[in-house]
Amino acid sequence: MINIQSLDFFYPDGDFRLNIKDFNIAQGEKVAVIGPSGSGKTTLLNLLSGIIKSGCGSISVAGTDVEKLRDSQRRDFRINNIGFVFQDFELIDYLNVMDNIIHPYRISKALKLTPLVKQRAQQLAEQIGIGDKLKRYASDLSQGEKQRVAICRALLPRPKLVFADEATGNLDPRNKGRILDILFNSVDDHKATLLAVTHDHELLPRFDRVVDFLQFREQESD
Amino acid sequence: MHALYLAWKYIIFNKIRTVTLVACVTLIAVLPLSLELLLNESERQLLSRAQTTPTLLGAKGSALDLVMNSLYFDDEVPELISMQAVEEVQASGLADPIPLYIRYKARRFPIVGTTIDYMDFRELHLAEGRQLAMLGECVLGANVAETLGLKPGDSLLSSPETVFDLAGIYPLKMKVVGVLRRSHTPDDLGVFVDLKTAWVIEGLVHGHADVSKVTDDTLIMQRNQNGVVASPKLLHYNEITEANIDSFHFHGDAGLYPLSAVIVIPNDEKSKTILRGRYLDKNARHQIILPEVVIDGLLENIFRIKNVLDAVILIVGLATILALLLVFALTIRLRQREINTIFKLGCSRMTIAYLLVNEILIILTLASLVCLGLLLLVNIYSSDIVRLLFIS
Repeated sequence: MINIQSLDFFYPDGDFRLNIKDFNIAQGEKVAVIGPSGSGKTTLLNLLSGIIKSGCGSISVAGTDVEKLRDSQRRDFRINNIGFVFQDFELIDYLNVMDNIIHPYRISKALKLTPLVKQRAQQLAEQIGIGDKLKRYASDLSQGEKQRVAICRALLPRPKLVFADEATGNLDPRNKGRILDILFNSVDDHKATLLAVTHDHELLPRFDRVVDFLQFREQESD
Repeated sequence: MHALYLAWKYIIFNKIRTVTLVACVTLIAVLPLSLELLLNESERQLLSRAQTTPTLLGAKGSALDLVMNSLYFDDEVPELISMQAVEEVQASGLADPIPLYIRYKARRFPIVGTTIDYMDFRELHLAEGRQLAMLGECVLGANVAETLGLKPGDSLLSSPETVFDLAGIYPLKMKVVGVLRRSHTPDDLGVFVDLKTAWVIEGLVHGHADVSKVTDDTLIMQRNQNGVVASPKLLHYNEITEANIDSFHFHGDAGLYPLSAVIVIPNDEKSKTILRGRYLDKNARHQIILPEVVIDGLLENIFRIKNVLDAVILIVGLATILALLLVFALTIRLRQREINTIFKLGCSRMTIAYLLVNEILIILTLASLVCLGLLLLVNIYSSDIVRLLFIS
């Protein structure tokens, strides 16, 4: 599902440098990425999703060489193939739960909002346990409920990949386990691949594989 | 369509901000436009009335006060003249005089003491009832009848000049005999009475119990060959009826009874010129003026003030627009996180800009609708507003 070869990325105005010679994730795998802050975990997600370009090496995601896509193509690729779950949920405060879930369909022409999509959004919300909160605003929800909404938003376009950037970082221990269960079950149901950045080592045994970002820094120093 | 929906959701979620922005934009547009509408209406009202009044005779003094009181029933009463002025005009054979005595009020509406000729001159027609025929009767302008809910057969009390005028003018209970058709002029606000009725209100003409027939001696202070001095106990009538009308009588020389002005309608241009010449004498107690010239002068001043107001509104408008731009810029900064999120999800920068433009467009549309509504209201009521604010 993901294949990175000879990636060399750096920010022109800083000393950060990410060097990945070979990195692969198979379809349906649930991979946790760990590493100290500033080691480039989020940068990796941004590179994989085409938010930033490296210009050096190749990044293949779901069979597409992201590096070769034009700006608009990368955006369409992203919204069609990748679902994002953020640490701070990043819900839109002026929209209710339903509108938040279908938001990707309203901000891009690559996705078409149909009654069927709305029906699917409702089913998804019910599966995740927020079916009775569709009319509520995001600010009226608990942290756990907010993350459930964010998961629904990420999964609705049926992405091949789900990127979770410290998705449980702002949750209490009880909610962490629940949200991870929901995320894993949903990813399984949708036959998607999960790449999760986390600092929480307690959760690592639940993933198929754990990638320590320090190895890429070591590769750099080699 | 989605951009419009999202912009609308943002706008209704942030109600206070939206209302403030809409109010600001509305004010910028409404202020100069409504001012323009009102000034145009005031110009129309002032000029049309002045143009239909050829000349005005009154006491020497402020020509503006004379015109404003006689044509627009303004509260400021000019120095009074007497009925002799009317007789002089009549005697000249150069013009027809229409006397006016506009001084008193009935429930805040001006009482216009005049003759029946005034109605013909102003082309005022009755909507209901009949014209003045008897002392103590009144005919109401359309607004007066509507505001006070009066119709022929009802009665209306005149008001004292001041609340402290306890010893002065007693209220006269006037009988409403007619209501005029709406003329969209200050006449709609007038309570029209015969000149003599106006003098009754002033106390110059009055009626009381017949002193020659009274049986109660306490009603008479002194009785001798020259006449009778009644005591304050003697009943004075405050309503004129068929039963007591014959007891109403003048005191003093009727030729000296007061008027506020005389509308002078010259026979022709030559008569007008001759008449005007007669009142040019520095020692003359009266002046004859052309209302149109006086109003032109007034309008010139109004438009000079309007130019200053326009400049002030322009500066305030520019400052408001800058403040609005600042608000939008700050909004974009506040929404930076949302913008970054939707960009990460796959939204183009063009779509983000489109979302923000839609928000501005909705605010401008809402402001335009409110502005249009307000301007429509101003336009509908401009005639009344002008009369209320600028003329009355």
